[in-house]
Amino acid sequence: MTQQLGDDIARYLKGRARWHPLEIAFWLLAVASIFLLPGKHLILTEISVLALFALSLDLILGYSGIISLGHAAYFGFGGYVAGLLAKHNLIAEPVLALVVSGLAATVLGFVTSFLVLRGSDLTRLMVTLGVSLVLREIANQVDWLTGGADGLQGVVLAPVLGLFPFDIAGHTAYVYCLIVVFVLFLLARRIVNSPFGLSLRAVKGNPLRSSAVGISVNGRLIGIYTIAAGYAGVAGALLTQTTQFVSLDVFSLERSADVLLALVLGGTGYLYGGIVGAVIFKLMQDYLANLTPQYWQFWIGLVLVLLVLVGRERMTNWTAPIRALFARMGPRAAPSVESAPTPAAEGP
Amino acid sequence: MLTILFDGVAYGMLLFVLACGLAVTLGLMNFVNLAHGSFAMAGGYVTLLLVNRNGIPFFAALPLAFLASAAIGALFERTLYVHVYAKPHLDQVLFTIGLVFMSVAAVDYVMGSQQQYIRLPSMLQGQTSLFGLNVGKYRLLIIVLCGLLTVALQLTLTHTRFGSRLRAAVDDPRVASGLGIHVNGIFAVTFAFGSGLAGLGGALGAEILGLDPTFPLKFMIYFLIVVTVGGTSSITGPFLASLVLGIGDVAGKYYVPKFGAFVIYTIMIVVLIWRPQGLFARATAR
Repeated sequence: MTQQLGDDIARYLKGRARWHPLEIAFWLLAVASIFLLPGKHLILTEISVLALFALSLDLILGYSGIISLGHAAYFGFGGYVAGLLAKHNLIAEPVLALVVSGLAATVLGFVTSFLVLRGSDLTRLMVTLGVSLVLREIANQVDWLTGGADGLQGVVLAPVLGLFPFDIAGHTAYVYCLIVVFVLFLLARRIVNSPFGLSLRAVKGNPLRSSAVGISVNGRLIGIYTIAAGYAGVAGALLTQTTQFVSLDVFSLERSADVLLALVLGGTGYLYGGIVGAVIFKLMQDYLANLTPQYWQFWIGLVLVLLVLVGRERMTNWTAPIRALFARMGPRAAPSVESAPTPAAEGP
Repeated sequence: MLTILFDGVAYGMLLFVLACGLAVTLGLMNFVNLAHGSFAMAGGYVTLLLVNRNGIPFFAALPLAFLASAAIGALFERTLYVHVYAKPHLDQVLFTIGLVFMSVAAVDYVMGSQQQYIRLPSMLQGQTSLFGLNVGKYRLLIIVLCGLLTVALQLTLTHTRFGSRLRAAVDDPRVASGLGIHVNGIFAVTFAFGSGLAGLGGALGAEILGLDPTFPLKFMIYFLIVVTVGGTSSITGPFLASLVLGIGDVAGKYYVPKFGAFVIYTIMIVVLIWRPQGLFARATAR
């Protein structure tokens, strides 16, 4: 009986982890955009940077329930590291610099992850916000290194892998970003479907119960927070590399709020939410900024308010048919997406 | 040295008046209202319009600023906030940040983005001598007014029927409503009153804190520090926290101008790590 149940769960989880045709179609579409929309590569690059950033927030918000108002801390840190590496010609090759920036943000994430373990949502909110403010203040004060309020100028990049120089129309930049996002997405997909990722869902569902079945709650939270910080760092580094500029703005509260909005627009907890949300958010921002250059923030605010009043679930339910389709195409129909964490908690 | 202390106390008192409404609403409904600063900004701009455009005396404008912000607060509470109480914290954060963005852009649109100054009556300008110490008249006024307000608030909380109901509701809303206390009504009144106080603080603080459309964003973190460090179970906690923050901020900016803001944030993080419930919070039985 137990054996039977275990097999069922294993088969169900494997089914969930399998690639669905729609996912493949999604990425084919992304590849097609390289060739079909050559004039839009600049905004597509921005979208993919935001998508990666939102993906990183999804890892901590959607998969472990940590609300952060200061995720820009890691984004900005990665951005500045990448900028400094390129400016001082320490590591001129972008891919290697990207990895190093990501690792630097990962270390920062690990060190600061201990701060978010304690306290309620409000405490976490404050601590994450505080971390980003402190970093912003540091970047502002050490102006001999970062250029202070003027931003870091003179970031010049070598060709990617020594082969593909960045061009003014942003073709290289977009392809480069898309590949980075795809690779990191694959990794994130692997992580959330691994036993580690499943235990995270259990922790999010009920920390007390999951610690009772032997999951180290703090260890899991530290782990995912560290990984997410690394992702955010890579996203920040991508921004620096593609715009060849980085300023204090990368640490701002607005940036943390924007990525939160992008993520909830797309829906949390299924990885594509960040990407879809980033597309919607950037297109919306672009449209509004053209309409009212100075006051677009008002409309962004209005979207946030409406989103909550109408109900996040109802609003993001437009993805439900797609998700249902996923479930039907899977080898074994899932009872419902929401009930998934429970079997994970009862695993062996 | 004493002047810095004096300025710090005035600053801290101002922060307290601005933030105490937030402390009560947070403690009462466990509602994270990041848009509290928007109500303060409303009070500041109402005073500005009344005094500078319509020539109403400054002292007459202050109560009007209070009433206007309280009315706006009550309106928003009844029409919008009331739908969000039961939602998770993430929704509350998104909702109130949205309100902040809207208020910033709306004020920018109506009033312009420049820094605004309220014309003060001449009797409030300059300095006066108090026990041999030269102090700004305006800051003295702030300390007196805010001090009186604090005493009045404390007395209301401890010595009136409404105060005891409010404290009961903060301590345990479920039991309080079981005893026949109308928790939602109390909350609505408190929310409006807290917004009014924020508006008054915004009006008083325009001179010291500055008044421009980004006010809610700039000072959001200060209010939150007061509330999280002071705890939400009493008003003495936030009061002490405001004083510490005010003095610390003024002294920090004076002695180590390079690291002024840095010190505040670091203290906040350390306090939150050390005592996540706030520095002056009672241990709750919940």
